[in-house]
Amino acid sequence: MSLTTVQDAPALVMKTRITLQINGTSYTLDVAPWTSLLDLLREYIGLAGTKKGCDHGQCGACTVLADGKPINSCLTLATMRDGQQITTIEGLSSGEQLHPMQQAFLDYDGFQCGYCTPGQICLAVGLLNQNLLKTTDDIRELMSGTICRCGAYTNIVAAVQEVSGAHEGASK
Amino acid sequence: MNPFSYAKPGQLAEAVTAATSTEAAKFIGGGTNLLDLMKVNVMRPRHLIDLNNLPLRTIEPTADGGLRLGALATNAETAYNAQVRQRYPMLSDAILAGASAQLRNMATNGGNLLQRTRCYYFYDTGTPCNKRTPGEGCSALQGFNRIHAIFGASEQCIATHPSDMCVALAALRAVVRITGKNGERTIPFDDFHRLPGDTPHLDANLAEDEVITAVDLPPEGFADHSAYLKLRDRASYAFALVSVAVGLDLEGETIRSAALALGGVAHKPWRDQEAEALLVGKTANRNQFTIVADAVLANARPYRDNAFKVEMAKRAIVRALETAREGGKQ
Repeated sequence: MSLTTVQDAPALVMKTRITLQINGTSYTLDVAPWTSLLDLLREYIGLAGTKKGCDHGQCGACTVLADGKPINSCLTLATMRDGQQITTIEGLSSGEQLHPMQQAFLDYDGFQCGYCTPGQICLAVGLLNQNLLKTTDDIRELMSGTICRCGAYTNIVAAVQEVSGAHEGASK
Repeated sequence: MNPFSYAKPGQLAEAVTAATSTEAAKFIGGGTNLLDLMKVNVMRPRHLIDLNNLPLRTIEPTADGGLRLGALATNAETAYNAQVRQRYPMLSDAILAGASAQLRNMATNGGNLLQRTRCYYFYDTGTPCNKRTPGEGCSALQGFNRIHAIFGASEQCIATHPSDMCVALAALRAVVRITGKNGERTIPFDDFHRLPGDTPHLDANLAEDEVITAVDLPPEGFADHSAYLKLRDRASYAFALVSVAVGLDLEGETIRSAALALGGVAHKPWRDQEAEALLVGKTANRNQFTIVADAVLANARPYRDNAFKVEMAKRAIVRALETAREGGKQ
């Protein structure tokens, strides 16, 4: 039995040529239009840090940054992101020097199994980029789009609070 | 996903032409709903027309003192826009009550209007659904219908419109700007979405070749006294069981004009103009709010599993109006 892969797609389907800056490196690729950004990252670039959880935009495990903002990479076509800067969990550290958010997740035990962690960290970094984390209520509300089935939420909030400097309590 | 072809036109006219000349073509904005539905085989376009190269992303004042929301501005850009927050806080609050931060960074304003119902039978290709395949029958009618409509449904479809943003837009009397092969037209928000009737596969009064270019907000934003109250099964990231958008224009304790629309209860955002009229000239107090809430729900027709929505909506209307009277802080 042979599996049909995207590479074996019917020749009548025109592939689109796109250029993406992924973690600071420029990639020019010919992609079938139905390739999600998530599948492109994992299957064609080999960046498997971004996780496929539900593939329907419900779990947030696939969260990456597009031009600095957090998005669900499973619900966007790679071709729609032509020309954009994509940052994944692999692109946050500087060599061995972890991003402060990565370090905080370690320091506060912001995970158990770790499957949602790349999405959690990318979402938190993106929300910081958007300057949206003023209070712990902001963290709880705005991080709700990435689900942790282990239930490490308390420690995730603590980690994000540490880096963001968010105050305790309600949004103004 | 089923294979499809893809184009990204640079001109609006090009996009409109592509929609008329290509079989089974669909426009794509953010894609957060369309791509999801394509993955589960509920929507099967053969060609996608990506609108994101069109210059429809600005949010700018209109000549009449209102505000124009570009169709391609994201939900996040709109909700966090300084003018939207100051002048139309119920709209900002409604948008931020919906979806997640990631989805709001992708979803566009035009796409928000055109998102499909979250009725689980619509999503499940193993069960009949008149919205998905006209003539198949409605599984929700005799099925588990806890999340379904209590207003304006038909024997063909009892699905609800899922948007929060659209509930505020209905209350604010927004106007939808549309361009198609016959040129540009505008449509009042109340007339944009449809009731299911005998054609539940049609969600909106929009032709296949027509593109939403903007949503215009009128000058009146009820900024001093408005609220968006959303009730759902968890505190965040869930669709509304019932939601209420209200605005009051007060002179002392007297209501000069009012806006009221419900979400999660009908095939479209449920603006009730009779209820709005019942508030005008009256004193803004709990007694009057209760009279209005009872009047709104007098026409409700619940199904087996969603009768709770009637009482929930009554209480939500009263609470939202009290919140608005106190200046919108919940």
